Amino acid sequence: MKINIENLRFTYPTGLEALRGISLTIASGEQVAIVGQNGAGKTTLVKHLNGLLQPTQGSVHIGDWDTRQHPVSKLAARVGYVFQNPDEQLFSRNVGMEVAFGPKNLGYPAEKVDALVKDALALTELSDKTETNPYDLSSTWRKMVALASIISMDTDIVILDEPTTGQDAVNVRRIAHVIAALRERGKTVITITHDIDFCAENFERVIAMSQGQILLDGPANEVLGQEAVLATTYVDPPQLTRLGLRLGLKETVRNQAEFLTAIRK
Amino acid sequence: MAIVTLQNVTYKYPLTEAPVLQNVNLQINEGEFVAVIGPNGAGKSTLCYTLAGFVPHFFKGELTGTVEVAGVETHQSSLNEWVLNVGLAFQNPFNQISGAKYTVFEEIAFGLENIGVPREEMKPRVEKALALTGISDLADRSPYSLSGGQQQRVALTSILVMEPKVLVLDEPTSQMDPIGTREVFGVIRTMAERGMTVVLAEHKVEWIAAFADRVVALKDGQVLLDGKPGEVLTSPLLEEAGFGISRYTSTARKARELGLWKKDQLPITLEEAVEGFSLTSSPSPKERGE
Repeated sequence: MKINIENLRFTYPTGLEALRGISLTIASGEQVAIVGQNGAGKTTLVKHLNGLLQPTQGSVHIGDWDTRQHPVSKLAARVGYVFQNPDEQLFSRNVGMEVAFGPKNLGYPAEKVDALVKDALALTELSDKTETNPYDLSSTWRKMVALASIISMDTDIVILDEPTTGQDAVNVRRIAHVIAALRERGKTVITITHDIDFCAENFERVIAMSQGQILLDGPANEVLGQEAVLATTYVDPPQLTRLGLRLGLKETVRNQAEFLTAIRK
Repeated sequence: MAIVTLQNVTYKYPLTEAPVLQNVNLQINEGEFVAVIGPNGAGKSTLCYTLAGFVPHFFKGELTGTVEVAGVETHQSSLNEWVLNVGLAFQNPFNQISGAKYTVFEEIAFGLENIGVPREEMKPRVEKALALTGISDLADRSPYSLSGGQQQRVALTSILVMEPKVLVLDEPTSQMDPIGTREVFGVIRTMAERGMTVVLAEHKVEWIAAFADRVVALKDGQVLLDGKPGEVLTSPLLEEAGFGISRYTSTARKARELGLWKKDQLPITLEEAVEGFSLTSSPSPKERGE
């Protein structure tokens, strides 16, 4: 499902102009990372995709729907949003109920809900925890519950807000695995992240934002190699990209395989 | 001189079956900057709570062994005395902000009020602390109107203002962007250079490599490794045990298998990686036919 944003401007009631003319198209099935300093407008932008915010000017289309003409409750069938802090999202007595809440609310029949829940729990490695209260789990596993409760809604578009914050290396790998699985299923995944190494290793397209505008937008290797431009939005290139730049490698590299290939030339 | 001494410390929360810390022995010298790393659930936060006296005074549970900070033993002191020596910034600033104050300025002053610092001394101390962490412009805002990263700075400032001998920080930059992280690590380093003892639980290995004097790796409540950053962060044990390590280290290890890393020591910082890989990318005199 295509996302089309045209000349989007948004001003908060306080008068703060958070988005200053964003035009953007994201094709069905793309994996996009959005980076940039705090206050750049990243979260404000993605909140327009499921209708939590409405444009002050310009328009946002999700497929053939203009977000101004469809309520959040209907957009929820097209766009899933995983919050940065799982505790702002979880409320059910056990993991199974939490993950079933979304698809039930979308009005899917019981058999379909069961199948979606089972699949989402398996993907997030939670199948053995269905009866557990989410708040008896560690913050690592609560994050996975938050992910599962959105995956179970089977939306074409999934938004992840800072998925790796406070997660250890093992869980970051688990989250990367979930993103890879969503890619194989043809889902569009849009991730806001400060974790630039995670961004480099898991996303093909990167958008850098600064002060309510798009600074850079393109293939990850092109965007992540632009050290000077990224610095203006306080983003450092990934570790191996920086290393490649310092060594004077001809191509921009962003992961171990690319680096090791480039250094042999 | 040791300012923190943990001897055979084992601790179990009231409602947990297994101990969260197991037979931990740790001695930290005055002025040392010690980073604590470990997967989630390894006991990093519990170790922070133990150093800050929240274990056992606040969380109760069973603590065996001895915990001594600045010459005082936990069991022989109350939390009220303990806070004069040790300050802890929580992982989630929301758990730390008092909820009793309307402005950031008052929030920072809260700790000083509680230990009876006179008003005329309190004001300059708060102003100095706000300036140090770069949040003077937030002084009149409500702590709850701030972003996660700003709240983390408030939480850190409210501890720094107490001027503790030992500063304990539990992932103090987890909600910050890279620039915020860099600034806060700058503040922490300044405090360390001024002689404050710092214990930092952290996942961001690149910063630890650049700043810490020493790294303690925790796994399942036990000390797995304890030593200089260059030794601990390059140990093959870390990756096996699920620790995050720097891409410089993991890539150089892979490169070594392929004969592309020639040094004995693996890198932990960008500078070390540049230096080592320069040997690979520029041909040796022999290869140039000299």
